[in-house]
This record gives sequence, structure tokens and C-alpha cells, in this order.
Amino acid sequence: MNLTYLRYELLRTIRNRRFFIFSLGFPLVFFYLIAGSNKNQQLGGIPFATYYLAGMASFGTMMAMVSNGARIAGERSVGWNRQLRLTPMTPRSYFRAKVASSYMMALISLALLFIAGLTMGVQLTVPHVLHMLGLVIVGLIPFAALGILIGHKFTPDSIGPVLGGGVSVLAFIGGAWGPVGGTHGFMHGVSQATPTYWLVQAGHTLVGGKAWTGSGWLVIAAWTVVLTVLAARAYQRDTKRV
Amino acid sequence: MVTTQTTTAAAGIRLTGVTKNFGPVRAVDGIDLVVAPGETVALLGPNGAGKSTTIDMVLGLNSPDSGDVRVFGMAPSDAVKIGAIGAMLQTGELIRDLKVRELLHMMASLYPDPASIDEVIEITGIGEIADRITNKLSGGQTQRVRAAIALISNPDLLVLDEPTVAMDVEGRHVFWKSIRNIAASGKTVVFATHYLEEADTYADRIVLMARGRIVADGPATEIKATVGLRTIRATLPTVDLDELNFLDGVKSSDRRGEGVVLHCIDSDLAIRALLRAYPQASDIEISGAGLEQAFLLLTGDHDSEALS
Repeated sequence: MNLTYLRYELLRTIRNRRFFIFSLGFPLVFFYLIAGSNKNQQLGGIPFATYYLAGMASFGTMMAMVSNGARIAGERSVGWNRQLRLTPMTPRSYFRAKVASSYMMALISLALLFIAGLTMGVQLTVPHVLHMLGLVIVGLIPFAALGILIGHKFTPDSIGPVLGGGVSVLAFIGGAWGPVGGTHGFMHGVSQATPTYWLVQAGHTLVGGKAWTGSGWLVIAAWTVVLTVLAARAYQRDTKRV
Repeated sequence: MVTTQTTTAAAGIRLTGVTKNFGPVRAVDGIDLVVAPGETVALLGPNGAGKSTTIDMVLGLNSPDSGDVRVFGMAPSDAVKIGAIGAMLQTGELIRDLKVRELLHMMASLYPDPASIDEVIEITGIGEIADRITNKLSGGQTQRVRAAIALISNPDLLVLDEPTVAMDVEGRHVFWKSIRNIAASGKTVVFATHYLEEADTYADRIVLMARGRIVADGPATEIKATVGLRTIRATLPTVDLDELNFLDGVKSSDRRGEGVVLHCIDSDLAIRALLRAYPQASDIEISGAGLEQAFLLLTGDHDSEALS
């Protein structure tokens, strides 16, 4: 891994205002707004603040991963991918740097939310946090592929609504804003088939919630495979066209 | 000065029988070209001549349908991998949210043996914008930073595809001054342009391209004499074209109804000779032939539609 390159990728991300608003600011503000005004209530058998900490953590980390797409689309539109083809850098290491920097941003988003959670009285223990962290890192893999996919499918002008809308819908169906479809039935099934659902579940391990079931691992694996194949195809088609 | 890596072998660039089609369009139609290390060569031609396609093949961004491309004796992609080629493509901007110096450092980190960032900044004259954010630069400044990026690998070959298209006159002047410094440091420089002046002023050698072929290749002064033709138009009925062709400074002539068009190697000589021989000539106009016209003459193709 080229650490200098990665360092500048991170620096660029931090300097990008849009990223700050959506990936870091937005989840924090919503956490305070919603958790703060319902402090003493419960949601799905979990303290409200904790539920929303998990929900906003899934939203923020997901946004951090997928907003990679906006940066890839932006770089494509200025011909930067062609410029990089004139360097020894391989496509593989380009994507590796992109994914690594978005993981770091996801971790920053998560850290900020943990701090916010502590100020709102959420109980955090080290084993629970580590457990959640591990699951979140795995649960974000399909979103890394999703970012690369849409980065090659859309232009910088059209990608904003796709990112904002797509992530919001996925977050909503996955239960980031509150349980969807009760505990069984069709909607519950749909919800469970999204990778977001399992990100939210990962968050619930903070209050001793169960780890992922077999179907959780399966859902994440299936989305990872499908999105990775689609992303690889989109990349190849894009390169051929240039 | 930036020192040149010692990867130089035989020819800098060697194209042998290269063709490239895009669908039914033959963009490059059988090109043979050898560029020696240290040469500064201009690829001169109108839009659609095949300059960019040729350059893309030299850079390995495209591969030829037939024929062979070698850069320092290697496949272009291998030459790119060891940092022997630096290029400034025709279109392209800089990525956002980095200072110029940071961007150069980022790019330098991709190469095993990059040039010194300070030297590259100096040679391209971007010292005063080195700490500015890339998305706050003017068009000319952006082009100079792109040239700096092209130099960051310390390449032996620098390729520029119409680098000054987006620049104003002042920007052009500054830009070419820095390219001259680079050429003087012993690097091979190949640039595409459709400005004759640019090719003449900054290249040792001009390769003229039209419709995917090389139509002339030689020292800049020689090509300029061929291409920099002037035409004299005059109303002059009933005079035989063969007599006009015989006048001093005239290369060839055409009849257009009552009028004649003289294509001149030296229009000063030709106008004097014309008036001496035919004082009755009227409505006289002297104009510099555009590059397109010159190409038509060179390629012997009078169907101007075909070039556009």
C-alpha cells in the first residue's frame, strides 16, 4: 500500500465539504435531534438513544463508503483516470486506496457518534464496541463495491440524488430510522434482505444484541459478490470506452 | 536541471506501419515514424488528422490495429511502468482539494525514482501557485501544473497533446518557455499542435499529418516554407496558367473564372513579377494560406470536405 498516496486521498476527503455534511455532520445532528428529544423512551426493546446510535452509525458509515462513488465520478469527469493510466499505478491499487480511505472516514464517523452517544448517556463497553466494529467493517464491504459501481455509472451532476436518495432508502428499509415491518412478515423479510439491516443489527450488539445470524452473513456475502461483479464490469466498460 | 534517466536505447519512438480504425473511420492510416532521443518534434495537422490517436498509441492508451509501436525499444505500457514517459493529454483537469505541491508529491509517490518536486516546480514556473488549491487555478495555471505532473516521473520522453489550446497568448508564452527549458535538459519532446507558428518556433522537426497519414516530415524551417504558402488573387482574364507558373516565387496557379489564384513560395517576389509582366491585373489580394489550404496542396486533394 502506498501510504503517501493514501494520506493525500484522506486529506482530499477531509477537505471536501459535501462529504463532511453528509457523512459526518448529518448523522451526528440527527442523532442529537432524535435521541435527545426521546431520551427516556424505548424502541424495539432498546433504549432510544442506543437505537439511534446504531441507526445513525449505519447511515454515516454507509455514506462514507458510498460517497467514494462521487469522488470516482468526479475524477472520471476530469480525465484523471486517464492520467493515472500513464503512471505505474494499477487499477487494483487505485481502488484499494479509495476503499481504504473511505473505511477510515467510516471509522471517524463512528468514533464521533460514539462520543456523541456517551454524552447522551449511552452505555458503551469495550467488548461490545469491538464486537460492533468487527461486524460493521464486514458489513460495509458491499457498500465499498456499491460506491465503485455508481462512481462508474453516473456523472458528478447526476450522482448527488442517487447517493442521497439511494442511501436514505436503503437506510430506511434496513431499519436505521426505526424497525420496519415488525418482527415477521413480508416487509420484515425485505428489510432483512438489505445489507443495511445487518449494519443496524451490528449496532445493536452495543446493548448485548445478538451477533449476526447465518442469514446475516449470507445476505452480506451475496450483496458483496453481486455488487463486486457489477462494479468490475462497470469499470471495464468505462476503461474500454476511453 | 532535471537529469535524464539512462533508459535511452536506439530510437526514442519507433512507429512501424501503424494503423488504427474507429468503426468505419480510419484515424491513422499506415504511419512510419522514428524520433531520436533528445529531439523536439511537432506533430502538425488540422483537427481529425490523427495526431491524438497517434499520441494515444505512443502512450499505450490505445493499441494499433496493425503495425508496431515501440518507446525506447519497449512496449508503451512497459515504458509507462518504469516512468520513462510523461504526458499531458489534450483534455483533462486536476483533481480537487489538494494544494499543487501536495498533488505533485502524491503523483511522485507512484514512481520508484521520481524527479525532485522543487526542480519540477521551478522548471515549469509554478512556484507562486505551489501552495494554492488545485480547483482555484486559472486555465493557463492548470496547464502548467499538468505539465509539472507529466515531468514528475523524471521521464525521458515528454508528450504533449495540443497543450496550449485552452491558454491565452500570455499563458502560451510562459508555457512554451518552460517546455524549452525541459527540451534543453536533453529530454525527447513530442507535441501535437494545429498552430504552424507553435510548431515552427518550438520544434526542431515538424511532422505534418493529414487524414491519418504523414504528408511531410523535415526540419521546421523547411516545412514552414512549404506550408507557410501565401496566395495572390487577382482579376486577370485570358492569361495562360503556364505563363503564370513561370513567374518568380510562384509554385502553382489556378483559374477561377475571370480571376487567378497564385500559390506562392515567396509572395514578395511573385507580386513584383506579376505586376511587371501583367500591369493590367486588378483587385489584387495577398493572403496567408491557412494550414488546411496548405494541406490540400500537399496532399493534392482539392476536395476540402474530406478534411473537415
